[in-house]
Amino acid sequence: MLYREAGDFKTSYVADSQTFPIAFDRWRYYAVLAVAFLVVPFLVNDYWVNAILVPFLIYSIAAIGLNILTGYCGQVSLGTGGFMAVGAYACYKLMTAFPDVNIVIHIILAGGITAAVGTLFGLPSLRIKGFYLAVATLAAQFFLVWLFNKVSWFYNYSASGQINAPERSVFGVAVTGPNVEPWAMYMICLVFCFACAVIARNLTRGTLGRTWMAIRDMDIAAEIIGVNPLKAKLTAFAISSFFVGISGALFFAVYLGAVEVGEAFGIQKSFIVLFMIIIGGLGSIFGSFAGAALLVVLPVFLKLLGVDLLGWPTDIVAHIQLVIVGLLIILFLILEPHGLAQLWRVAKEKLRLWPFPH
Amino acid sequence: MPDTFYFALEVTVNGLMAGVMYALVALGFVLIFKASGIFNFAQGVMALFAAMTFVGIQNGQIPFAHLINAILGTNIHYFGWKLHSILAIVLTVVVMILLAWAVQRFIFRYLVGQEPIILFMATIGLAYLLEGVADLMWGADIKKVDVCLAEGTCLPQGINAAIDEATFNLFGYGFFIDNLDITATIVAAILVAALVAFSQYTKQGRAMRAVADDHQAALSVGVSLNYIWILVWSVAGFVALVAGLMWGAKSGVQFSLSLIALKALPVLMLGGFTSIPGAIVGGLIIGMGEKLFEFFIGSAIGGATENWFAYVLALIFLVFRPQGLFGEKIIERV
Repeated sequence: MLYREAGDFKTSYVADSQTFPIAFDRWRYYAVLAVAFLVVPFLVNDYWVNAILVPFLIYSIAAIGLNILTGYCGQVSLGTGGFMAVGAYACYKLMTAFPDVNIVIHIILAGGITAAVGTLFGLPSLRIKGFYLAVATLAAQFFLVWLFNKVSWFYNYSASGQINAPERSVFGVAVTGPNVEPWAMYMICLVFCFACAVIARNLTRGTLGRTWMAIRDMDIAAEIIGVNPLKAKLTAFAISSFFVGISGALFFAVYLGAVEVGEAFGIQKSFIVLFMIIIGGLGSIFGSFAGAALLVVLPVFLKLLGVDLLGWPTDIVAHIQLVIVGLLIILFLILEPHGLAQLWRVAKEKLRLWPFPH
Repeated sequence: MPDTFYFALEVTVNGLMAGVMYALVALGFVLIFKASGIFNFAQGVMALFAAMTFVGIQNGQIPFAHLINAILGTNIHYFGWKLHSILAIVLTVVVMILLAWAVQRFIFRYLVGQEPIILFMATIGLAYLLEGVADLMWGADIKKVDVCLAEGTCLPQGINAAIDEATFNLFGYGFFIDNLDITATIVAAILVAALVAFSQYTKQGRAMRAVADDHQAALSVGVSLNYIWILVWSVAGFVALVAGLMWGAKSGVQFSLSLIALKALPVLMLGGFTSIPGAIVGGLIIGMGEKLFEFFIGSAIGGATENWFAYVLALIFLVFRPQGLFGEKIIERV
């Protein structure tokens, strides 16, 4: 009834090429934004922010980043954890070296530094393809974690080898450190997440996104029709790492506050983010959000159900979680390789015809 | 000759022995990749699963005991027997064959014809699934592999003392080589010989090679792909069992086993995905290289370089030779 393009006449090119061409979609999008920005901050408490909302937002940014590289450009990366660590440590070094500069600038700069590192590790992608590349990105993962563990300059020679986020504020409201309010934590992550999603969505709609997709679909054919693989692959690595770096910086500075690199940014992190985009949908910004939401909520839900309700030991619930995640991956790859995003698209197609399908 | 030289030589020999262990895991990858084009990320977890199953069967643990206890409120743990190692190995092989059948029947049968990278991601999912199942079945505590491997008592007593003495007489410097490493080398040699014999001289082995060469042609002469794939996964499961026992004897059966097995990946990249000799040579190079690097350079820059050296070496190597040392040349067509 509501969800259709009939009667929604476009009179300009701008209107014709907007992100959400169907009016209902557009209004739904505005409504979600309004709720996220204007309603949720007044309702949240400590538990919701720490257990669900902030990890969801931060993982969404990381998933968007990896989705650009893997979903749009077709280069599988297992180095996400390492790149998140680069973002976190860059942010820490900047925060301690320039205490007077606003943290927002630090986080963006940390993304920039990660982009540079990502480009460096992306260079082999010009020669190596497919799972050779996936394994090669493991080099980034293990090397970077080792580097931040062993070179004490990165953690300012602290005795514990940890990095701790000093207290910083935006507009006079503390966003990092021990005295941060839940809603402030939520808001800074939300702002970054929103900005990243808008940028990513528009990049993937534009020339750059089209060259990435051409490389993904068949790189030799793309080269023949005039796509520069060097430029396409390296920009994908750079922009993907930029987002991943921002998520790493937020993960450290805002969410955890104190980080030990092997524990927080180990190989498990790379897998989790990869699973998010497989389950959510490769090559879809919405899918990044859906996958992140599912994999953030799943452990919380299982813990509620298994530990609190049924009284099972935590390790059994953790193992069941492994089984469920593994099963989900396999099931999605078999039944719906395009993930939750595709289910959503199918649902929308059905909704367009409702209530009178052919 | 200065002592450093001999010490470096000793490090090299020990590195070669460690490389054999990597090669053991890498062999399983190559088998599956050659026959079905699946890059089996779960090989390391299969080794973990096999080793855990072996220990569990040997000690008479009841599968899923923790889960059953949690659900039903019972308190059961053991059947109360202790099996002979050989019997336990045979039973574990049966379990691995069942696993191979299940993997083929419930996962890869539905993914035939998908892109290789999708298959790769499916095996990552399989790795998680297997790890969860293994932990649920046998519990996540660190286990000891209780076969003669652990103490090296399979070998005649005092063999490393004998090597020590012989080399001391020869060079004036005694080499120390771990018993377990010697056993691993011997076992690996037997395993490779057996694999080669199997693939050269048996009907199934020839069918396996035919499938590896060309799926279509193999199908047309009446080789059942389904059967061969189950066979290959079973053989890979057996290799995983051997590797799991070796690694388990070395460092205990625990989760980190599957991470050590990740080291087999750079070994493969170095040797080429499609070559069994490549897997062995790659393993030796990686094992030797990382020990020597740690010895000469690693200690100066903070140590523990073994975590990443193999990957970086493989990465640099691949930039110059994308198909690895012995891999088939990669030809791409539009």
